[in-house]
Amino acid sequence: MNSSSINWTALGVFIFFFALVTVMGFWASRWQSGGSANKGAHLDEWGLGGRNFGTWITWFLVGGDFYTAYTVIAVPALVYAVGAYGFFALPYTILVYPIVFLIMPKLWHAAHKAGHVTAADVVFGRYKSRKLELAIALTGVVATMPYIALQLIGMEVVIKALGVTGELPLLAAFVILALYTYSAGLRAPALIAFVKDLMIYIVVLVAVVLVPMKLGGYGIVFNSAREAFAAKGGMTGLTLKPAQFLPFATLALGSAMAAFMYPHTLTGIFAAKSADTIRKNAVFLPAYTVLLGLIALLGYMAYAAGVKVEVNNDIVPALFNAMFPSWFSGFAFAAIAIGALVPAAVMSIGAANLFTRNFWKPYVNPNVSAEGEAKVAKMVSLVVKFGALVFILFLPTKFALDLQLLGGVWILQTFPALVFGLFIGWFGANALLTGWAVGIIGGSWLAYADGIKPVHTFHIGADSYSMYTGLIALAINIVVAVVVQLVFGKGGAKAPALKH
Amino acid sequence: MRALLLLPFIALLWVPFYNDELPALFGFPFFYWYQFMWVPLTALIIWIVYKDGLKKGVE
Repeated sequence: MNSSSINWTALGVFIFFFALVTVMGFWASRWQSGGSANKGAHLDEWGLGGRNFGTWITWFLVGGDFYTAYTVIAVPALVYAVGAYGFFALPYTILVYPIVFLIMPKLWHAAHKAGHVTAADVVFGRYKSRKLELAIALTGVVATMPYIALQLIGMEVVIKALGVTGELPLLAAFVILALYTYSAGLRAPALIAFVKDLMIYIVVLVAVVLVPMKLGGYGIVFNSAREAFAAKGGMTGLTLKPAQFLPFATLALGSAMAAFMYPHTLTGIFAAKSADTIRKNAVFLPAYTVLLGLIALLGYMAYAAGVKVEVNNDIVPALFNAMFPSWFSGFAFAAIAIGALVPAAVMSIGAANLFTRNFWKPYVNPNVSAEGEAKVAKMVSLVVKFGALVFILFLPTKFALDLQLLGGVWILQTFPALVFGLFIGWFGANALLTGWAVGIIGGSWLAYADGIKPVHTFHIGADSYSMYTGLIALAINIVVAVVVQLVFGKGGAKAPALKH
Repeated sequence: MRALLLLPFIALLWVPFYNDELPALFGFPFFYWYQFMWVPLTALIIWIVYKDGLKKGVE
């Protein structure tokens, strides 16, 4: 499909669905507004949807902001490029749920009792350390920005596949997103998530049934992929090379531990009505993982279909354009683009909540009212989205990808501060802060020295072991925290206390 | 009961165990259908632990 010609049928279908969710987004401010005392202008209302989302809404919302448009574009692209290795996304999105089940209900309790809105709130509530709070908040905001940018890349890719060129469509989509997030808060993405998921489920089910049927079955799909990888020289394949075992496993585990440390996923958790809602979701959310695994296989289907692209990220749209009538491609691309809106909205809300609660309130205006908080957060959500847009328009895409990789390493360093206190009371704020700092600096340095790769290789004697850099940094982080706690004890703040 | 939650970690992080193309199932190499199989299995395990928690009155 030539990208210079506009596909009018596909574009028409695309615009129809996009307009539909826009209307829904603005209508959302009136939806599910419970009869809580906080009704109206309050950060709980705008930033957490009134903390009243039951099992179903939470399922759609968390699913919607965890499995993003970029996932639909990037996971198949990775599988297309590197084969089995790219499939680490599947164990990652399985292992995340036992972790969610064990940790998140406790975190919800801690947040609910004290009215916390963000991870940094929870950390301050427990450790009473402004420094640690700031560290967690900063990490959250910085790690989220490139993530929002990635959603825009996902949108850019499908708009390009429609044959539309220029930055204007992306800008338009973004202004719409910004406006209804501003007016409806978390309710907008929660409501749109229903439509988005319905569309994505239809697209993926149709694709994973019809494409292999047209191509001659899954056996043929896997065979074509095997042959293509063999032709490339055998560094990649349908199964892993022994040297890939450790990176595969550590990427899966590390990513699973990091996934619910992000402000947007936590926002979904804090907005839940009860801890039970979260536990039930840990049981039912894996349904999305099946979907993700099937989406990943689109990367192999491209080989069977003989689709070739210059940029790996174009593989899914190219496959759809090659295999389906225009109207269905338009529907699929709309699903992906709307799939970018939901997480982008929740991410900007999560970042805005962090800024308001953990920067504005402690440092700018300690007496800010609940109404004032909501106002600040709304403004910040605009700024955050605008920043991400500028990022995409003026910086190379690779930069966003690199930063997102680093973001994963960074956000994982907040794990001890956020999670340990829920289970053990032993660590003090300074130990956790030191561990965080060493983890962030060490992880960034390792990743930078490796040329911004997510995997670091250790050479021990003649052997080499590769592992996910984020997990290495987390190990260092924890060791440092333990040592500092042991040496300085609870009074770490009174350092230097080595003498007594 | 909570120890059950360790099973998916062992099953999926012990990569050499499932890094094979055979036995294939419906055209899917072992590597793929084994991982897919752990999606419902993990959901089931979490559900069992959840039900157990309800019985014991976890808040």
